[in-house]
Amino acid sequence: MATEAHGAEGGALELVFHPMDQFIVKPLFGDGQVGMFTITNVTLWMGLTILAIVGLLVLGTSGRATIPSRIQSIAELAYGFIRKMVEDVAGKDALPYFPYIMTLFIFIVFANFLGLLPMAFTTTSHIAVTAVMAMMVFLTVTILGFVKNGAGFLSLFWISAAPLPLRPILALIEIISYFVRPVSHSIRLAGNMMAGHAVIKVFAAFAPMILIGWIGVIVTPLSIIAITAIYALEVLVAFIQAYVFTILTCVYLKDALHPHH
Amino acid sequence: MASETHEATEIAADAAHGAADAAHGGAEAVGMPQLDLTTFSNQIFWLAVTLVVIYFVLSRIALPRIAAVLAERQGTITNDLAAAEDLKAKAVEAEEAYNKALADARAEAQNIIAQAKADMKADLDDAIAKADAEIGAKAAEGEKKIAEIRANAMESVKVVAKDTAKEIIAAMGGKADAKTVTAAITARMKG
Amino acid sequence: MEGDVVQMGAYIGAGLACTGMGGAAVGVGHVVGNFLSGALRNPSAAGGQTATMFIGIAFSEALGIFSFLVALLLMFAV
Repeated sequence: MATEAHGAEGGALELVFHPMDQFIVKPLFGDGQVGMFTITNVTLWMGLTILAIVGLLVLGTSGRATIPSRIQSIAELAYGFIRKMVEDVAGKDALPYFPYIMTLFIFIVFANFLGLLPMAFTTTSHIAVTAVMAMMVFLTVTILGFVKNGAGFLSLFWISAAPLPLRPILALIEIISYFVRPVSHSIRLAGNMMAGHAVIKVFAAFAPMILIGWIGVIVTPLSIIAITAIYALEVLVAFIQAYVFTILTCVYLKDALHPHH
Repeated sequence: MASETHEATEIAADAAHGAADAAHGGAEAVGMPQLDLTTFSNQIFWLAVTLVVIYFVLSRIALPRIAAVLAERQGTITNDLAAAEDLKAKAVEAEEAYNKALADARAEAQNIIAQAKADMKADLDDAIAKADAEIGAKAAEGEKKIAEIRANAMESVKVVAKDTAKEIIAAMGGKADAKTVTAAITARMKG
Repeated sequence: MEGDVVQMGAYIGAGLACTGMGGAAVGVGHVVGNFLSGALRNPSAAGGQTATMFIGIAFSEALGIFSFLVALLLMFAV
């Protein structure tokens, strides 16, 4: 278990480590079992994510001003950022799928940032959530590849630039790496989120050391500085992981639309 | 496997730990909530709801609106640029006209100045010639007068010299021969 | 007693798994360092390759995250 109870010298106070408790899914009302439709903290934080997105992209742009307000320019920045990414990475014919990719990006980025609020629940730190998104991407891309290119999509695995004897081996490697994609795609995001939050919690557990003994005079400031530093890193990671998830989606989409290397 | 660990730790756990577990309400409160399969359906359901809502909000409202705003801005910028180009051309035209007018005016002024200079020069030449002539006449007249005055003065000097010489000779007890004195004085005066 | 031994093994394994993060750190540093040295030689081409750099970072970092995940699994789920 996460709980490591260390008896203090006086025995009155102890350090309590619960780094994983922040990820527990629990019902908002009552103590019942978590069923499929139970309103849980997942519901709450996903709802807040929707509200934040609506606030930025719908209410923020309601002015439709030619000279944008601050919120509107952020919304336009996000729009232009993802649109350019789709266009540059996946090509012009990927633009019909732009709303889909924008949905993923804006959801992940807002879930990540909302998860950084103190006491928040990070929805993207759960494998269940990221795996569903990664599988969505994987299935969409695979089906799209076969619909657009037919059997020609299989040429993605048959590298014609390689010498002939190597090709079956390369094909095997390519197929394995193709099917590992959703795994790494989902675990990267969830793992990054989980790791950062758990590390912050571990350092936070060291912070009350000053109440326990003289060693706390050194440990407490150090742990507070460490929390601050990790938090800054997490702000960066929150954005970078959303960016990476989106850009990998674009890369996979490009493979589906143009399977010939 | 998770429940095994759970049991093992349950034994070792202290009272506070047990209370915390109870508060989590799960018989299945495992160490890693991410692997608690009982919550998966719940998360997946709410994720699907969220993604569908976001997708519709984006594709129906937000993205078309932002695209429209951006297109409109692009149009405005293009129009403004065209207008600016027009105005610039007009400004260039105006500058050319101004420069031309300036050059014309300058040439005219040059002409007028040249004319005036020529007129003035002619007048001046006339006046100078006239003045020269007058001055020449006056100078000639003056010279004549000077010559007359000099001749008169010579005569007077001769007479005075003759008289003075006669007086001096008389005073010295000599007898002045008028002819000799006159000849001497004349010779002296010439010398 | 047996459970204690299993748990000890799991904790030792978790600690060992964390060495994988060092490898990920080396990998990410390598990617960024090489990107930077290339970008300083030819700054005009750097802008277009930032996305590629992030993809490379993501791939090498994912492996570090996998080792972290193994550590967590050993600690909490085995």
